[in-house]
Amino acid sequence: MIGYLVRRLLGIAGTLLVICAITFVIFYLLPTDPAVMFCGKDCPPDRVAQVRQQMGLNAPLVVQFARYVLAIFAGRTMGTGQYVVHCGFPCFGYSFQSGAPVWDLIMNRLPTSVSLAIGAAVVWVLLGLGVGVVSALRKNSWVDRTLMVATIGAAAVPVYFTAMILLYVVVVLLGWLPFPSYVAFTSDPVGWVQNLILPWITLALATAAMYARMTRSSVIETLAEPFVRTARAKGLCERKVVGKHGLRPALTAVATMLGMDLGSLLAGAMITESLFSLPGVGKLFADSLHKADQPVVMGITLLASFFIVTSNLVVDLLYAWIDPRARLS
Amino acid sequence: MTLLQVRDLAVEFSTAEGLVRAVKGVDFDVERGRTLGIVGESGSGKSVTSLAVMGLHRGAEVTGSVDFDGTELIGAPDETVRRLRGRRMAMIFQDALTALHPYFTIGDQIAEAHREHFGSSRRTAWARAVEVLGDVGIPEPARRAGEYPHQFSGGMRQRAMIALALSCEPELIIADEPTTALDVTVQAQVLDLLMKLKEERGLGIIMITHDLGVIARVADDVLVMYGGSAVEQADADALFTAPRHPYTRGLLDSLPRLDAGGAQGEEAALRAIPGSPPSLLSPPAGCAFHPRCPLYAAAPQAACTDARPPLVQVAPSGHRSACVHPEVASPC
Repeated sequence: MIGYLVRRLLGIAGTLLVICAITFVIFYLLPTDPAVMFCGKDCPPDRVAQVRQQMGLNAPLVVQFARYVLAIFAGRTMGTGQYVVHCGFPCFGYSFQSGAPVWDLIMNRLPTSVSLAIGAAVVWVLLGLGVGVVSALRKNSWVDRTLMVATIGAAAVPVYFTAMILLYVVVVLLGWLPFPSYVAFTSDPVGWVQNLILPWITLALATAAMYARMTRSSVIETLAEPFVRTARAKGLCERKVVGKHGLRPALTAVATMLGMDLGSLLAGAMITESLFSLPGVGKLFADSLHKADQPVVMGITLLASFFIVTSNLVVDLLYAWIDPRARLS
Repeated sequence: MTLLQVRDLAVEFSTAEGLVRAVKGVDFDVERGRTLGIVGESGSGKSVTSLAVMGLHRGAEVTGSVDFDGTELIGAPDETVRRLRGRRMAMIFQDALTALHPYFTIGDQIAEAHREHFGSSRRTAWARAVEVLGDVGIPEPARRAGEYPHQFSGGMRQRAMIALALSCEPELIIADEPTTALDVTVQAQVLDLLMKLKEERGLGIIMITHDLGVIARVADDVLVMYGGSAVEQADADALFTAPRHPYTRGLLDSLPRLDAGGAQGEEAALRAIPGSPPSLLSPPAGCAFHPRCPLYAAAPQAACTDARPPLVQVAPSGHRSACVHPEVASPC
C-alpha cells in the first residue's frame, strides 16, 4: 500500500513536470517578449534590456525552466543591486500586468472558484443521481422518457445561454435574487448561497444531464445482476434491494467521473465565472490569457493539473474503499 | 402434508418479438424430506419454473397455483411472498461468484437475511452466519465470514451460497444448477452436503439441472421438462429403468456409459438427440418434441401434431408421460 502510494505520488510529480514543461515551451515560442510585457508599452529599449537581464530571460530555455521549477519549491531572488526582489516559497513569479505575485493572485481568487465548484458539484450530483435513479426504476415509462429527453436538452444548451436565461428570468423579470456577486461563506452564509445559486445551476445543469444518463444505465445494468436477484431471494424489502445492493455498485462509475470533473473545476470555470463576473480563478485565467500574462497562466495551468491528478488519486483510493475487489493485498 | 403443491403453473413474457410462453401449465408436488429433480435443456422452462415459485419473476405473467404449506402464492400480496422468501423457502443459484454481492463480506450477506427475517441484532446474526458457514463445512468459519466472495474458491463459494440459503432454516430449498460451475469432485461434495442437510433437517428440495448424473445421485422424484411443459414424471428408479417418453430415452441414450464399451466396442459412440430445442416464440404445433422424435419419424401420427399431448398416467406407480404415440401410450 505504501509502495503503491509512493509510486502514484511520483507519477503525479512526473505528470506535473511534463505539463509544466509543455506550457513553458509554448510561452517561449510565442512572439510576445516577456520583458516588454513586464516593463510596459512605452518602455525605453535600455530599460527593456535591463528587465530582460533581471528576469533571467537571456539564459538558455532549459536553465530558465529549471529556475522556474526550483523557484516553486525554494523561492527565488531576481535582479541585482537596487532592483533585487525576493520571491518566497511557493514562487510562481509575478504578473506582467499588475506586478503582484502569481501565488497571491490565485490564492485570493481560489475561495470563489472552490465555492462555485463544490456547490455546483452538489447540485449536479443530487440532480443527476436523482433523475438517473428515478428513470432507471421506471425504465421505459413516460416518466423515464420525459426525463431522458430533458437531459438531452440540458446537455445541449450552452452554458452562456443558460446563464442569460436564468439571469433574465430570476434576476431581471422576477427580481427574486440580486445580480450575483461573490460573498464569502464565512461572512454571510445565506448571501453566499443566494449569490452563487444561479452560477451553480448554470454550471451544474449540463453535467447533471450527463450524470443522470450515466446513473440510469448504470443502475439498470446493476439491477439485472444475479446478486440483486439473490438479494430479492433472501426476502429483503425492495428498498434495501435497490438502495443497498443495487445502488452501491452503480455509483462506482459516478464516483470516478465526479473525481475528474470536480478536479478540473476547482481551478476555475472560465465561462461561468466570466458570465457572472465572479472573481474566481477561471476569470483570472481568461483575463490573463487575453493579455498573455504568462506567469499567471502558467500558475493556473499547474494548479488545475495538480487538482486533476490528485483528485484522480483520491478516486482510485476511494475505489478500493467502495469495491473490495480493487483492494491491494 | 405436502410442502409445495404446484398446479397448472404458466409463465409468459411479452417481448419485442412477441409473447414467449416459457412455462405452459406444469404440475408437481414437493414433500418434506424428498428431492424433486427437474431436468431439461436450456430453454425447457426449468429455471423459469423455479423463479416463478419464488415469486422472483419481474415483468412476467404468472398464472396457476403455487401452494406453499397452505399459503397460495400466486396473486398473493408481494409482502406475503417476500416474508416467505429466504425464510421458509430459499434458493441456491448456479454461479455463486455472480450471485453473491462483490461488495459485502460473506458473513454480512448471510447475517443480512437473518436480520431481515428475525429482526436479530447484528451480533446474533453474525454468530448465526458463522455457525451456518461451519455447518456447510467451511473451515475457520469465524475468520472466513469476514472475507469477500472473490477470496473464496469456487467450491467454498457454493458452500457459502448454501449457507446463505440455510441461514433462516427454510423448509424448502430450490437449487438451480448448484453444481454446474464446479469441477466433478467438488460437485460430489456439494451434492452430498445437500443430501445430508435434507436428511438431517427434513428439507424439501427442488434440484434443477440439465445433468442426469446429478438427478441419478440425488433425486427421489423426477420431472422432465421440454419446451416449457412437463413431458415425463416418475420416481427416479422408474425413470432411469423404464423411461416412457422418447425425449427422456434420448437424454438417457446420450449419456456416456462406462459399461457399454465392451460388447459393442467403439461403435457405442454417444447418441445425440438430433435437432435443437424448440423456439419458445413459435413452438411446433402439437407435441413440442415431434420434430426431433424418433417415434414420429418412424411412424408419424396425426395426434402428435394436432394438440399438445397431456401428461397421463402410464404405470400404476404414478409414472406419467406426455406421449400419444401408441408405442408409449399403450397400456403397460
